[in-house]
Amino acid sequence: MSEQLKISSSPHIRSKATTSNIMMWVAIALLPATAFGIYNFRDTHEWLVVIVTTAAAVLTEYIYEKLMHKPITIKDFSAVVTGLLLALNLPPTAPLWMGVLGSVFAILVVKQLFGGLGQNFMNPALAARCFLLISFTGRMTSFTYDGISGATPLAAIRANVEAGNSALAGVNSMDMLLGKIGGTIGETSVIAIMIGAIILILMGIIDLRIPGTYIVTFALFIGIFGGFVDGIGFFNISYMTAQLCGGGLMLGAWFMATDYVTSPITKKGQIVYGIILGVLTGIFRLFGGAAEGVSYAIIFSNLLVPLIERVTLPKPFGKGGEK
Amino acid sequence: MNSCTERLYNGLIKENPTFVMMLGMCPTLAVTTSAINGIGMGLSTTVVLVLSNMLISMLRKVIPDSVRMPAFIVIVASFVTMVQFLLQGFVPSLYDSLGIYIPLIVVNCIILGRAESYASKNPVLPSIFDGIGMGLGFTFGLTCIAIVRELIGSGKIFGIQIMPSFYEPVTIFILAPGAFLVLAFLVAARSKIMKKMAAKGKEVPKAQRCAEGGCASCGGCEGKVFPTGQEKE
Repeated sequence: MSEQLKISSSPHIRSKATTSNIMMWVAIALLPATAFGIYNFRDTHEWLVVIVTTAAAVLTEYIYEKLMHKPITIKDFSAVVTGLLLALNLPPTAPLWMGVLGSVFAILVVKQLFGGLGQNFMNPALAARCFLLISFTGRMTSFTYDGISGATPLAAIRANVEAGNSALAGVNSMDMLLGKIGGTIGETSVIAIMIGAIILILMGIIDLRIPGTYIVTFALFIGIFGGFVDGIGFFNISYMTAQLCGGGLMLGAWFMATDYVTSPITKKGQIVYGIILGVLTGIFRLFGGAAEGVSYAIIFSNLLVPLIERVTLPKPFGKGGEK
Repeated sequence: MNSCTERLYNGLIKENPTFVMMLGMCPTLAVTTSAINGIGMGLSTTVVLVLSNMLISMLRKVIPDSVRMPAFIVIVASFVTMVQFLLQGFVPSLYDSLGIYIPLIVVNCIILGRAESYASKNPVLPSIFDGIGMGLGFTFGLTCIAIVRELIGSGKIFGIQIMPSFYEPVTIFILAPGAFLVLAFLVAARSKIMKKMAAKGKEVPKAQRCAEGGCASCGGCEGKVFPTGQEKE
């Protein structure tokens, strides 16, 4: 790939990590969640939305690069991952055109107009989700499960608190772990997402630093402040489980916050980034206008990444002693 | 009279305040949610611009150089107040939807910029036409942005339903992010057209950066701050 970088004589150790290799493994790791989503929402034919959204992302990338006379990069799987992540972030009632519109926005505006893979300033899939969420708020937040439209567990908790009932009425943590709840296509099953996350960790594609700090910070935040806001007492285990398993937290923490392009490269920076994510998600969920806040927390933290990297850049050996 | 038509052309195309000079961005982004708002804002600014250019040009030998800025502000503010009362009295709906952005015309950098860089140095008639040209250029820019945003964001133009009934409006375009998206795409489109014209060997209107009558009241950036596409290559 980088033929200008021959700086020493052979033998060299070649890493097998290439962009297409990494992206392919991310796509594979997303398959359990995708498969469960398709099974879970089989009554609304979600496989069609997943396929069309992913295909639209790849096609957009191909057409743009063809028209702009750039090298075609659809073989590196990054457009597949973007399209698949976007599809997993759509509600099961989403019409096909919405997935296509989101894919075009993600690839064209967020990724290609800023210079393609590696240059995008925020996660394309999440930016497209927020674009759709702002534009079609009603459609993006109407969730059906088993043919019945109902609130997601997070929305139920919020409605309970607002109505003055016990916060956890009608929320079953076991169902949330398995994924037998309403939500977006890919976010419901914690177990399916964790299978994918373990694949990524074993393959060395992600490490625990970002998702670990994110989830721990969020758990602490929600344990302390959830007690004040939702009137459930400090560190209530079933409440914290519901908050951790509900919504897009797991999908976001393992698959979207860890995006190489939009997360810090320094180790200290990754921890700072995880803490910011956890606190922001907690603030958005407890005090924000909507019940869910993972996607806004992640794209907002994406914007802070250059600043985080600037302050956490390690000093080169020998520097900093004397001015 | 030749310099007057030149002034009109300059304001509308060559140094279009919205797409070339990027002046007055605050009202440009904020009020262009519907075509009628864009036109209303543009025309109000045009009226103030023409009148203030005229008066400042008349008084250019009377106003001492050391207090010219306060003097310009007083003149502009008086005209803005008049326009504000007229709008409130005759088109209250437009007055309500433009809100705080009408009094803020006082600090619109196009108006002070033209006063400083053109009207205070040139005779009355060209100054009036400079005001008309710049004002219409601003109105044109605002209306373009507003039409695109209203069409995509609510399926209408001037409040008339254009899109077929199955079209679902993409609401983000009449919210704040849509303003930035549409402005960026229109500026890019303009640069593209200019490049194509340059490639065909036609005479390309080139903004005179920081030269006489250009880039208002600027501290000498030599065109580095606001480079346009056609100048790069």
